[in-house]
Amino acid sequence: MKKEYTIPELEKKANEIRQDIIKMLVKAGSGHSAGPLGMADVFTALYFSVLKHDPKNPFWEERDRLILSNGHICPVRYAAMAHAGYFPVKELDTLRKFGSRLQGHPERERLPGLETTSGPLGSGLSQASGMAYVGKYIDKTTWRVYCAMSDAEQEAGQTWEAAMFAGKNKLDNLTAIIDRNNIQIDGFTEDIMPLEPLKEKYEAFNWHVLEVDGHNIEAIIDACNQAKAIHQKPTVLIMHTIPGKGVSFMENDFKWHGTPPGVSNMEGEPAKEEQVNIALKELRTLGGKIHSEQE
Amino acid sequence: MVNPKAHLSEKLFHDEIEKVPTRNGYGEGLVAAGEENKQVVVLCADLTESTRSEAFQKKFPERFIEVGVAEQNMASLASGMALAGKVPFISSYATFSPGRNNEQIRTTIAINNVNVKIAGAHAGISVGPDGATHQALEDMALMRVMPRMSVIYPCDALEAKKATLAASRITGPVYLRLARAGTPQFTTEETPFEFGKAEVFYEGKDATIVACGPLLYEAMIAANLLEKEGVSVEVINNHTIKPLDQSTILQSVQKTKALVTVEEHQVAGGMGSAVVEMLSQQFPVPVEMVGVKDRFGESGEPDELWDAFGLSHPHIIEAVKRVMKRK
Repeated sequence: MKKEYTIPELEKKANEIRQDIIKMLVKAGSGHSAGPLGMADVFTALYFSVLKHDPKNPFWEERDRLILSNGHICPVRYAAMAHAGYFPVKELDTLRKFGSRLQGHPERERLPGLETTSGPLGSGLSQASGMAYVGKYIDKTTWRVYCAMSDAEQEAGQTWEAAMFAGKNKLDNLTAIIDRNNIQIDGFTEDIMPLEPLKEKYEAFNWHVLEVDGHNIEAIIDACNQAKAIHQKPTVLIMHTIPGKGVSFMENDFKWHGTPPGVSNMEGEPAKEEQVNIALKELRTLGGKIHSEQE
Repeated sequence: MVNPKAHLSEKLFHDEIEKVPTRNGYGEGLVAAGEENKQVVVLCADLTESTRSEAFQKKFPERFIEVGVAEQNMASLASGMALAGKVPFISSYATFSPGRNNEQIRTTIAINNVNVKIAGAHAGISVGPDGATHQALEDMALMRVMPRMSVIYPCDALEAKKATLAASRITGPVYLRLARAGTPQFTTEETPFEFGKAEVFYEGKDATIVACGPLLYEAMIAANLLEKEGVSVEVINNHTIKPLDQSTILQSVQKTKALVTVEEHQVAGGMGSAVVEMLSQQFPVPVEMVGVKDRFGESGEPDELWDAFGLSHPHIIEAVKRVMKRK
């Protein structure tokens, strides 16, 4: 029987996952910071409330399938999977190291539970749609497909090929989740290649669209449940998130898209020697609001 | 002489030999594979009739998926379907698939290591009047350098049918190369076809021709004409480019000590390239390579293009004579 978590318990879990993201990125010495921190609440909600899954039986036929299209935010998936019991939390230290199951971008065959290999942006929604098509029309299964994407990969043409396919085929067993954090490597999305009006674009492709506060775990769970109740349309949840959420100097700053803490001195940022301590302290104390017993 | 064990058509060198495009064999093979295995599904990108996926669509409509003009989506949809237990065949023209969707094949099919079959029709200049944009000449190179990918290029429609069925029985990604134009149907039901096993179609001792695809027939004509001049040539049907049947090729070349490769593809990176990569390390001999030499195709009729691009049997005969002088 799956454990039912309270919202405060889930919030605490998300915070632990954020701390582990910082720690694993520091050990790795490279990787992406902003996206994983921004999606920690969503991945906590998915792995500890929404998904039908069994960490001890990752190939369980009836499991929901979670596709991570923007593979570069894999630290949040790895951390959530470790906390959910797929593998020991200690293994997070091997991120990006030679021989590790935790590759820099996720590789399906290396780690049970990943579902797909991903990284190059724009192909996840296609894979998810292929699975959902089989589930809905050919094998008539009960499992759902979830597909997490970045906002910048909405710039990739293939994403819209898949959106058109899912809309045409009324894939109501598919829930897409867009991390709408407004940043990408080269800058702000609306400067690089404007995406708005994103909601109307998906609606025009015959999708049901919900805009969600990506840091309100209760709202995230509610939205996922609403999506299950929508018939004859796939649903996309536009998750409004703050990149780097929980670490003040990283929040909303595209410089932290592809950089781990503790590696480089950047203008206007804490010295590199200080970055990790500040980040972990802010997370432990929720930005100075509480005094944690862990301090 | 023609190898009797190849069981080739009695009309092999007759003018009235029937001409059938290899894509037709693919269509028949899909139906056979679909009958044998309920997990087989077929996806097509708005080329259902042309790729001959139509027969499968009619027979198994619930297992046929039309994706529109979206080859990148098609490759990754197939990846997802394979992960859900299906054996997807994706059908398009080779310039688009594996051309346009090469990265999707790399990431979501090959690195992902899923059981997807890629059928690239309209490969080679024999596509004819459509011109360079639709004449794939680089596709075997793209697929042969892809780890985990197998590559099959059948010589006629019946072999294409056998190859399609064989591909459905292999676990893992496979590229099937197909042609548009009708070409001689010279193998028979009895002709051996085994994935990964090259076959000696013509026995000889003075030089070896390794060929694949419809040009194999031109190589057979060349061998027949050369025999009349007293030159004894061995012709090998190398339908599986990857994994390469090293021993059959080596055995022949160790005997003849001269090699001509023949293919309707860029010489760079193609089937001949795979063969000489192996031989240069194991048994170097003089080599002549018949193929397309670093240029794109153009409009024309298949036969006149084969002549103009130096691929038809008179060019193969010249190549054999050149290589024998270098022995």
